[in-house]
Order: sequence, then structure tokens, then C-alpha cells
Amino acid sequence: MMALATFKGGIHPPDKKDIAKNRAIKEAKSPQRVVIPLSQHLGAPCKPIVSIGQEIKKGAVIGEPGGFVSAPVHSSVSGKVIAIAEFPNAMGRMVNSIVIENDWKEEWTSLKDNPDYIKLSADELKEKVKAAGIVGMGGAAFPTLVKLSPPKEKPIDTVIINGAECEPYLTADYRLMMERPAEIVEGLKILMRILGVNKGFIGIENNKPDAIEKMKDAAKNEPDIEVCGLEVKYPQGAEKMLISALTGREVPPRALPMDVRVVVQNVGTALAVYEAARYGKPLIERVVTVTGEGIKNPANLMVKIGTLISDIVEECGGFKDSAGKVVSGGPMMGFALSTLDVPVTKGTSGILVIPEKGVVHAEEYGPCIRCGRCIDICPMGLMPSMLSILSEKGHYEDAKEYNLFDCFECGSCAFVCPSKRPIVQLVRLAKSLVKP
Amino acid sequence: MADVKKEHELIVTVSPHVRDEETTSRIMWTVNLSLLPALFMGFYFFGLKALFITALCIISSVLSEYFFQKAVKKKLTINDGSAFLTGLLLGMNLPSSLWSFNPFTIHVPIIGSVIAVVITKQFFGGLGYNIFNPALIGRAFLLISFPKAMTIWTEPSAAFFALDAKTTATPLGILKEDGLAKLIEVFGDKLNLYAELFNGHRAGSIGETSVLALLIGAGFLLYKRYITWHIPFSFLGTVAMLAWIFGGKNPETGKMLLFAGDPLIHLLSGGLMLGAFFMATDYVTCPTVRKGQIVFGIGCGALTMLIRIKGGYPEGVMFAILLMNCFAPLIDRAMKSDVFGAVKEKKK
Ligand code: SF4
Ligand code: SF4
Repeated sequence: MMALATFKGGIHPPDKKDIAKNRAIKEAKSPQRVVIPLSQHLGAPCKPIVSIGQEIKKGAVIGEPGGFVSAPVHSSVSGKVIAIAEFPNAMGRMVNSIVIENDWKEEWTSLKDNPDYIKLSADELKEKVKAAGIVGMGGAAFPTLVKLSPPKEKPIDTVIINGAECEPYLTADYRLMMERPAEIVEGLKILMRILGVNKGFIGIENNKPDAIEKMKDAAKNEPDIEVCGLEVKYPQGAEKMLISALTGREVPPRALPMDVRVVVQNVGTALAVYEAARYGKPLIERVVTVTGEGIKNPANLMVKIGTLISDIVEECGGFKDSAGKVVSGGPMMGFALSTLDVPVTKGTSGILVIPEKGVVHAEEYGPCIRCGRCIDICPMGLMPSMLSILSEKGHYEDAKEYNLFDCFECGSCAFVCPSKRPIVQLVRLAKSLVKP
Repeated sequence: MADVKKEHELIVTVSPHVRDEETTSRIMWTVNLSLLPALFMGFYFFGLKALFITALCIISSVLSEYFFQKAVKKKLTINDGSAFLTGLLLGMNLPSSLWSFNPFTIHVPIIGSVIAVVITKQFFGGLGYNIFNPALIGRAFLLISFPKAMTIWTEPSAAFFALDAKTTATPLGILKEDGLAKLIEVFGDKLNLYAELFNGHRAGSIGETSVLALLIGAGFLLYKRYITWHIPFSFLGTVAMLAWIFGGKNPETGKMLLFAGDPLIHLLSGGLMLGAFFMATDYVTCPTVRKGQIVFGIGCGALTMLIRIKGGYPEGVMFAILLMNCFAPLIDRAMKSDVFGAVKEKKK
């Protein structure tokens, strides 16, 4: 067998995907009200363009982009605006949000099927992506339009669809690939057309052989698209690792994928791009994996943006009695929630409920014993041990010598550390106190 | 929707939310375990005295850590197995002859343990912060303070309860003083010499003699990935190379004869195997970057041979490792790991 594409370093956490893997995507109940943050993406927050009391339809723009690196937000239900105020998001920050009371009519603004979408020009297609408010749906929520608008001096020659889904537990992308492979391939074709490239990859970790089969089948008449199995290893789905695995190109420190002529988009994003191009459908819902040993009925739900996590937990039967921690996102990079009354946003890939006994408590860590494990596995080739020691001592400036800002907080180092050191936390602390 | 929240206080910690099962204490106890074969061979060859000395070192190491941490009100860490390991390694590095009441030398291992645990480790901030290998500092201190008691070597005897064994010199001592011919004569023939060195049937420190038993433990650690090949192999490789190049002597003139040394004798004797696999690989006091570890290993090997061939002591492993310990942080600084993308960028 051919060696699978991969990168250097990385870890093998138990993948725990069995919990939710075989649950087909189900439409979540439409909630009584949605809380839609005006900042769900990296970049400038949106400006609200509705007022309290206003009746709006599903899919209507409610926030306009506040800059180039930004994306509009739309209403995910039809109903009445009842509040515009600050609400906590999953990261625990207060963000300006619009609250809409559902009238359950599910009345759309305008959805038109245009089966000839592929004949549209690159600029027209780009306009559709822009209007739909699409952002990266793998977690970082970077506005897709920005990735599709590389400066002239940086030509793109490859588009990669990220189907690695390397975070343990999560199965949202897997379910999409199993259930809607053709549409994902269409999404990729649209992206390739917008960027004018004729090489497309779909990278999928090898623990999902059925998804690889499905995607291969869906792409069998597309000579420009290659579906590749990847070694199962975290963080295989990190942009830089994925690019290196599939193309052999290494994105230099601090540079972007476009610097090596590549654009990476997540599976969910590709689907959203397709729906935007064909129906003009804005990004108002997404697949969320509700999983973990602490939830009664794990599921993959199609959830309206703005639905509160408490509603979803309830829909999934609530906690088994031992729930101790609820994470928005995956176990490696997700955020632990302090309250369940936070909304699902465009970047929420999963809700993970960890039982109390599975929680690693923050206080129980020891000194760095310099075992070198973290250095061996850091996908960025850093020395997490030194970063953690310098940050702990307050020598934040010195941490820069150890490439502090190249750490993308994947958590692999903290995973392997036998002393259970909170390396990611220490790195974040140092990053927040010094300038790059 | 709110009742879900009331019933459950949510725990908030920073990502990642899953952790590997490996812990510091599991690592330490596994290393302790891997030393058992060599330790038992030590008991077998040097009898009850060996047992008493090692037990004494372990008990005094653990107790010094306990009392020190109590005294300065630090968190007790004696369960993590590291003080135990220091005591065990120190004991394995001492001659069994120290168990003697006339002249009285029972206090010697105790002093060594206190120096190792309190001065070398705890004064520097405890596990993780010490610069030098605690057990080796303990031993070095004893060698300098009690040069005589520390160099009385007894003949290995299979009689377990024999408390008074004949004293003799170590193979490396004989090699240094009387040359290779004499060493071969003592052991009968060359093949027998190799075999005895490999089994460990020779004079020496309690836990250093049986290469066979040490290799079993080392193989286990390598297999479990508690240690990697980088340090031991570069260490041993350098020793073998230098022994071959500079270890030979013209039998008539006694002058150095290049490319005529016997690497095997150097590899199999002294504290080399114990040092290369179990002491130089001490996480805290060696470099953390793998290529730095190769430099570290080569340095250890070169210094060992410098002392063995040119120095005043027949054995140099201990001082070689201690010297290289000082350089470990420097090596790490100089040989930082390769940042992803940076190497390729330079090549362009
Ligand atoms: S969190 Fe940062 S330092 Fe740790 S392994 Fe990931 S990239 Fe490396
Ligand atoms: S894994 Fe933990 S103990 Fe080991 S070197 Fe890294 S930070 Fe230190």
C-alpha cells in the first residue's frame, strides 16, 4: 500500500468518533428565539441594520460587514427582532448580538434555484459567496471571501477541501461527506472556478474509509480533483499540516497558505459555497456534532445559527448525571463553556459533553521534567517546554526567541505532557502580553 | 432550558480537554523497575552488603526529600518516584564494601543521599530544575571526600551471605595500572574476559557490572520509548571509536599505539552501560532537543575516554556526564528545534 500523506510530529489521541459517527444528520428543532452575534468570524464585527420590533424573514441580512475582513450575518428564522445587546459567546466574551423571536413561519426572503450556476462568471460567483456571509466552518471562522481574493502578486494554483476532521469526537464533516458528497464536490468546483485553478484536493483522514469511498465516487468524473487518504494523526486538519501532507509545500512561519499558492476550505464551507451559488442561500445553519460520554443522545444536528446550546443539549436528552464540562468545538482546541446559554455560531463544529471524572483539573500540574515529548510532537517544530517555562517565570519577551507566535495552540504538547502542564494557557498568556 | 444549568456546575479549563495517560510518576517508577534486573545481579554477585547499601541509599534519599519538603513547607512529592530513583541509582553506583563497621563507613551512603537529594535537587528548586544528575553529584562528592572507602572493591562471589569478601581491583583499574596483558591473564583468556564482563562477574559498583542485565532494562525503556537511542548510542559509539583509535598501547614501549585499542573491553567495563542508558538519559539534566542529545552523547563519550586514557581515575563516566550536564541548557539553546517551514524557506 502507498504510504499515506502526512506531516512530521503529531499525536494519536483516542478518536472516540464511534459515539456519534452513525447518527445521520437531523434537522434540529427550530428554537423559540435565536441570539445571533454580530461577530462570528475573525475580523471586524458587523453593523446591525435592523431595529427592535422589526419583522424579518428567514435569510434576511441583519448585520452588514464592518470591513474587508468580515462577513454579513443573516437571520436564521423568520420573526421579530426583540433585542440588540451584548450577550456572552462561547469564548466567554460579550459580543453585540441580535435576538429574534421565532414566529415559526419559516418564511424565506428569496431562494431561487439556478441550476446553471456553474456558467456564472468567477466574479458573479464570488459575489454570491460574499452575500451569503460564508466563513470557514472548521472552527477558526475566517471570512471565505478574503481567502478567495488573493492579491495579484500571489497567484493560487490549488484548492484543498479539508475533510480531515482530526479533532477527536467530531463527526459533522464525516456525516456531510457521507450524505452530501456530490454537493461538496460541486462546492469545490465553484471555488476552483472563482480562483481560476485546475487542481483540487479533498483530504480525508484514513479512519473514514467509507467517506473516502463516497467522495472518490462523487469526484470520479472530475479529472482535476483528487481525493486523498491521510494518515490518522492530530492535527492533520491544521491548514499548514494539510498543505504539507498533500502538496509537499511548507508554509513559512507567519506566512499564509496563499504564500504557497494554496487555498484551504473546510467540507462544510464547500457545501455552503455550493448552496450560495446555486440557491443564493446565506449561511444560517450548520451541522453540529453533539457528542461525548456525558450526553444522553449523541447526534449530528443541522442547527440554525443563533440557537442556544442549552436548547440543543435539551433536544439531545440532556446530560447523563455525570456531565462535568461542556466544550464548544473539539476536545483539543474547543472552549469550555461556563454557561449553556451561548449561541451556536458559524464556527461551532461540535458540542462535547465530558463527564466529571474525565476532566483534567487545572491545578494538578507539576514542573517541566524536560522529557522532550512535547518537542518531538509539536507540529510546528517549536519547544513548548521552553515556552511554558518562560511564560511561567514571566519572561514573556524571551518566549519570542522560541517562536512564541508560531504556536497555533493545537494543544498537542499539553496532551502528551506527563506533568500535565497547561502549556496552551501559558502560551496564550505570553502572547497576550507581548507584541509579535 | 435553564434547569439544565442549575443542576450542573460546569467546569471550565483551558484546552486541550483530553490528556494522555502518561504521568511523571509513572515514568519514574517505570525507570525504577527497569533497573531491577541489574540490581538483582548486584545482589547476586555482591551479596547482602549490596542489598543493605542500596536500601540505605533509597531510604535516606526518600527521607531527606520528605524532611526537606516538610521543613520548607513545599508540596510533598516523595510518591513521584524520583527521590527513590536517585537513591537507587546512587546505591547502584557505590561499592558494596561501604557496608563495613570496621572501619566504620555506613554513614557514607547516607551523606551521599543527602547531598544528592537536598543540595543537588531541592536547593535548585526540586524536580525539573536541577542542573546536575543528583545521584552522580552524590557519588562524586563521596569519591572526593572518602577516596579510600569509595575505591575498595570486593571480588564478586556467589556466596550471598558472605559479608567479608576479598578485595581486588576493577578491570579498568587493572587496565590502567598493569595493561591489557595482565587483565587478560587475570580472567584467563580474552573470550572469558568478555564473557565475565558481559555477565557482570567482576569487581565494581553494585549495579554497574552486569551488562546483560542492564541491557535488558535499557531495552525495555527503549521499547517503551521512555528513552530514545540518541544519547546512549552516540555515547557508546563515541567510546568505542575513541577506544579503538587511542586505546591501544605498544606492549613493549608502553606508548600509545593508534588504531589498536580494544573497544569491547571499554564498552563492557566500568559504569558505562549504567551511565549511558540510565544516567546520561536523565530527562532533567540532558538536552531536550534530539539532535542536541546526539551532541551531548558524543561529548559524554569523548570526556569518558579522555579521563580513562589520560586522566587520574581509571573510570570517567561519572565526571563526563556531570560535565556535560552543565552544557545541556546551552546545547538546547544553540540547537533549537527546526520550526515548521523555516528550513525550506532558507533553502529557497
Ligand atoms: S500548542 Fe503550540 S507549542 Fe503546543 S504543540 Fe501545538 S503548535 Fe506546538
Ligand atoms: S512534555 Fe511536559 S514535562 Fe515534557 S518537556 Fe514538554 S513541558 Fe516539559
